[in-house]
Amino acid sequence: MLEITDLVHSYGSRRVLDGVSLRAAEGELVCVVGPSGCGKSTLLRSVAGLIRPTGGRVLIGGQPVERIPDNLAVVFQDYSRSLYPWMTAANNVALPLRRRGLDRRRRREAAMAALDQVGLADAADKYPWEMSGGMQQRVSIARALAYRPSLLLMDEPFGSVDAQTREDLEDLVLRVCAHHTMTTLLITHDIDESVYVGDRVVVLTRSPARVAADLPVDLGESRDQIATRQLDAFVRLRAEVGRLVRGGSPTSTVLEKH
Amino acid sequence: MMKVLRAIGRLWLVPVTLVAWEIVTRTAEQPFFPPPSATLARMGEMWLSGPPSHLLLAEQALDDFGPSLARLFGGWALAAVLGVAAGVAIGCSPRLSGYLDPLIHLGRAVPPPLLVPFFLALLKLGTPTQLATIVFGIIWPILINTIDGTRTVDRQHLETARVFGFSTTQRLVKVIVPAAMPKIFAGLRLALSLALILLIIAEIFAGNGGLGYRLLTAQRTYLYTDMWGCLVVLGLLGYLLNSAFLLLERRVLTWHRNARQTT
Repeated sequence: MLEITDLVHSYGSRRVLDGVSLRAAEGELVCVVGPSGCGKSTLLRSVAGLIRPTGGRVLIGGQPVERIPDNLAVVFQDYSRSLYPWMTAANNVALPLRRRGLDRRRRREAAMAALDQVGLADAADKYPWEMSGGMQQRVSIARALAYRPSLLLMDEPFGSVDAQTREDLEDLVLRVCAHHTMTTLLITHDIDESVYVGDRVVVLTRSPARVAADLPVDLGESRDQIATRQLDAFVRLRAEVGRLVRGGSPTSTVLEKH
Repeated sequence: MMKVLRAIGRLWLVPVTLVAWEIVTRTAEQPFFPPPSATLARMGEMWLSGPPSHLLLAEQALDDFGPSLARLFGGWALAAVLGVAAGVAIGCSPRLSGYLDPLIHLGRAVPPPLLVPFFLALLKLGTPTQLATIVFGIIWPILINTIDGTRTVDRQHLETARVFGFSTTQRLVKVIVPAAMPKIFAGLRLALSLALILLIIAEIFAGNGGLGYRLLTAQRTYLYTDMWGCLVVLGLLGYLLNSAFLLLERRVLTWHRNARQTT
């Protein structure tokens, strides 16, 4: 579904992406984790078509990304800026649906359905400033869902909310991604989160970013905030990802399994 | 209750000033400075001596206020439409703003009253010249604020629009203009108070009726109580316009005030 090959990007003379390659199969949830400032957001922005990378290739569904693809949605990092504060939650969700050729009533229906999925059916007519950060980020997710993308990009979507909200949102993402058949690329700097949410974890090195490792997550389909995090497999994988993010090399125990 | 008391507390200076003014003018007995009570009485005579069916408005009131208010609002509305449209266009296009920025700053620096003779030569005496003076004088804060507001739309708001493939119209109407609205409103409010000043200047220089003209004739014919009446009513008008506009702004920009408080 998503194929990134040898992606290179530089801002002036500063190289941020140094040949990143990764793939995501249809319906897969891939977490990209790496140290702060390693170029994760640049990677996401290249996939979204928001910037033109210096080199390399991005294919979505076999099509090269040249302009912004119409089957792609993004959930941005900063909740306070991702919604339009002059619109209600429902209107924020419904606005992109004009492109889908839906009339006003159908747009509203689709927006309500999406808000319902993220548990905000009764906040439809609230304005962003009447909602908590977690709620705003849910609306942001609802907006992406209502758009029915085949590829969902999330840029540190839970970076600016408190821990409890963060766990709720992680479970929400797991639930909706299982429900809709879409491929998801989730960027995060949180090691725990990448292992908990992902089907696969791609670890990037310090800037300029390369792929340090591409690890499958064998934790099964259903995950639970308490039980899953206690599993040996989870603990081992988290330690491995942590080592890699800090610049270590892959250990044999994980490699043996493949 | 506390609120009312506090409002009254803040207003006490107004009657005190009026009483002091009254005492000073009565003891000084200068014809140029009639006491406020006389001015108020004269204002009532001039403008509020009509039949109840006309809400007490005398014919004189319609003659004085009608054309002035029409010019004021006409000029303001025209400047608003032109200023916002041009401002959005310039703000969205770095090329256009590169060309026009120096011109805008030059235009803004010209004191608008200086252009009355120019407009007089170019246009007819009366309303056309007055409108041109008002529009030219007040368009700058609207234009500059709109350009600034349009240019400083949050990058993430624009990227969201790009990712979700908004059409150009959608991007303008749903994202850029609302985002620039707080600044546009600041410009509009500044323009409204400027419009009153320029209205009077234009009516004094190129007048045929209206409050400014009335003020001038009163002064020239030594009717100082009339002149003071005009001054007072202009002050009140400015205050009322500003209050009404603030009320409107508060309604339209509720999201802005609240968003600023919570983030």
